[in-house]
Amino acid sequence: MKETRFDIKGDIAWCPGCGNFLLLQLLKESLDELDVDPTNVVISSGIGQAAKMPQYVNTSFFNGLHGRGLPVATAISLTNPELLVIAEGGDGDMYGEGGNHFLHTVRRNPNIVHLVHNNMVYGLTKGQASPTSPRGFKTPLQTEGVILEPLNPLALAITLGAGFVARTFVGNRELTKDVVKQAIAHKGYALVDIFDPCVSFNKVNTFAWYKEHSYVLGDDWDSSNKIQSLTKSMENDPFPLGVLYKNPEEQPSLAEMHPAYQEEDTPLFKRKRSVKDLTALMA
Amino acid sequence: MERQSYSIVLSGEAGQGLQTIESLFIALLQKSGYHAFIAKELMSRVRGGNNTSEIRIASKRVQAFVDRIDLLIVLSKDGLDRLLDRIDENTLIIGEEDYIKSRKTDARLYPVNVKEQMEEIGSQLYTNTFFVGVLSTLFSCDENIARTLLSEQFSRKGESIVENNSKAFDFGKKAAEESNYHFSVKRDDSVKKMKAIKGFETIGIGALSGGCNFVASYPMSPATSVLVYLASHERSHSVLVEQAEDEIAAINMAIGAWYAGARAMVTTSGGGFALMTEGISLSGITETPVVVHLAQRPGPGTGLPTRTEQGDLNLALYAGHGDFPRVILAPGTWEDGVLLSHEAFEIADAYQVPVFILTDQYYLDGEGIMEKVDLSKLERTNHVVKSNASYKRYKITDSGISERAIPGQGKGFVCVDSDEHTEEGRITENAAVRQAMMDKRMRKLSAYKDIDPKIIGPKNYTTLVVGWGSPYGAIKEAVANLDDKGVAFGFFPQVYPLPSRTKEILEKAKHLILVENNASAQFGQLIRRDLGITFDTTILQYNGSPFSVEQLVARIGEVLA
Repeated sequence: MKETRFDIKGDIAWCPGCGNFLLLQLLKESLDELDVDPTNVVISSGIGQAAKMPQYVNTSFFNGLHGRGLPVATAISLTNPELLVIAEGGDGDMYGEGGNHFLHTVRRNPNIVHLVHNNMVYGLTKGQASPTSPRGFKTPLQTEGVILEPLNPLALAITLGAGFVARTFVGNRELTKDVVKQAIAHKGYALVDIFDPCVSFNKVNTFAWYKEHSYVLGDDWDSSNKIQSLTKSMENDPFPLGVLYKNPEEQPSLAEMHPAYQEEDTPLFKRKRSVKDLTALMA
Repeated sequence: MERQSYSIVLSGEAGQGLQTIESLFIALLQKSGYHAFIAKELMSRVRGGNNTSEIRIASKRVQAFVDRIDLLIVLSKDGLDRLLDRIDENTLIIGEEDYIKSRKTDARLYPVNVKEQMEEIGSQLYTNTFFVGVLSTLFSCDENIARTLLSEQFSRKGESIVENNSKAFDFGKKAAEESNYHFSVKRDDSVKKMKAIKGFETIGIGALSGGCNFVASYPMSPATSVLVYLASHERSHSVLVEQAEDEIAAINMAIGAWYAGARAMVTTSGGGFALMTEGISLSGITETPVVVHLAQRPGPGTGLPTRTEQGDLNLALYAGHGDFPRVILAPGTWEDGVLLSHEAFEIADAYQVPVFILTDQYYLDGEGIMEKVDLSKLERTNHVVKSNASYKRYKITDSGISERAIPGQGKGFVCVDSDEHTEEGRITENAAVRQAMMDKRMRKLSAYKDIDPKIIGPKNYTTLVVGWGSPYGAIKEAVANLDDKGVAFGFFPQVYPLPSRTKEILEKAKHLILVENNASAQFGQLIRRDLGITFDTTILQYNGSPFSVEQLVARIGEVLA
């Protein structure tokens, strides 16, 4: 395994064979290859097996509450736009418990990278359905199979105005690194949904299944046409992988649009209020 | 006749622009050298219904609601209906004839044909200014100041609007002059140097003074006014205001902002705060400071959305699972509002705990006159350190407080975890580490310096009336009116932790009276829980209204008799 500046020694709490191990290595390599300064990165995560990721990366992190990685990430990025902020978690964390934040974070367009490990099942709580579980998927809780329509995060993100929407599969190392790097380079909100098999609780959507039921978009794929990308995002067997949509026109990020940043670029936390400004409040 | 104070009530519909008269009038009173206070009572309606405002004009400082109405201005046909039990033969009622005669009362009536006169000017919208003219004249306010304020208020709408308002003022002035009524209150020139202020502004000013530069919230009455105030200072004072999708996002944003180096706040009401409680617990374990402005209104559930109550002390006190320290402050005066809000940020940063500012609808929507605070003289300490390569966010220390660095500022990593964690901020299930971390967090306030209770009245009291938060003004005035040498008022700006002097202060009294605007005497429960002291008399109210001075005089007087 390639060594990176983001490695940290210690016990890892994932099951042997978990897709997260692959992703951990790919994320560290991506950051390393982009020459990112580890002290300038913050990973914000919620709760779940995926949300443990920052524990194993040598950066700053905020490992908060279940479903709440996005609002924390948004605020960090607004307070200090100079940081590289990554919000990371699983499909249950980000699309279920944090579903409302997902919708509105896309609308806000904060300058963050959103990495969602999508294994179509709840791992930490031992095998219940997730928002992306397919209909008919049997679990100890959905005993006769899932009866809900699965959530389509890519289509949702595109319709909500996301400027960068991608999907990858951890089994495809090169694609995953390429997509993650592009997401980091993108200004504004970037969603990467990552097929990441759970070896303990999902015996249906396995490494082999993902491989069989997905394909990589060709070099000729035009990711700049929103409607075409939306149509593409609706395909589900096989699932298209790669950058489905990238807005060809750079959009202003949340921080740039906020009045407090239109007056000056200095990160919020560095500013000092003058005596004159204070006195004005009591005029 | 010269009296210590008068009470004027304006009664009209929502959407009639009462707010404009009130704010303009209180500025006029202040500049004319009168003490004044406005209490607002609103129905949960955008238009219609019946809203009333009580304006008190006094020769001494005043910040309390009274039942008595000396002068009633009726602005709508149903304006009298809900006020009948507050009207007697001493009340003077002014308004359109059919409005003021719509109900039979013992009051003196002075009909004015406002509608007709306003038609002459061209719009009924000038009615408000007409009554500014009436009031200004009846109370001998400085007319030039009144005209200046009016033209300032309306100049951006164009010259003809200013002129029409001036005409409306003249009509009102004439009506007052022809009435033969006049109200005289002794002036206090020192008021001219003070500041007319709204309750919510005190919280906003205090927050900005305390370094608040990030606010995330979801709108909810009566907390929204603070959010709106801060939004109006986004550019001038570099404060970033984000309307969150829900209160859960709001509190998590505030915590994320503090983590990255901001001084952040949420402003919310009981129902919204209920959604934030997991976030409070997150602040507790991650030791990320946070300031919560909790604007109380009557619950449970949606309750009475536009009315007042002090029913959320227990919510603030017990919010969040698990054990961790916190501080709860509650302003009584306008000055308290500014100073405690400022202090909330200092405390949160110094002790890395959640700090609450507890207000309510009555306090926030109220208006009054305050002594100016020299904000440049208040203490501001930035506790954030630069990290070195071996930085540990949760280093065990004697004080329990670990130096707080922020990401990207130094060679270290700032690793923060809502799971139980090691000194480095990594997940652990080690029992010894868990216990050491709990002990560390629980001793964080050991060096905290209390904000002492205030004793108002005789130092050698035998009876102590205890209160916190917005009833301050009514209790103070009631105790003063009772004029009993054995009775003092003990006010608690710091509600939790109970200040160390509490026991001594309470034990000095032979008789303890508690006044709270809620149904279960929540502060009384806290005092009994922590000190084993019970109150001899508990005076509560939970009908959605603030205490009036008369009610408190009667209920405290009963005990003293």
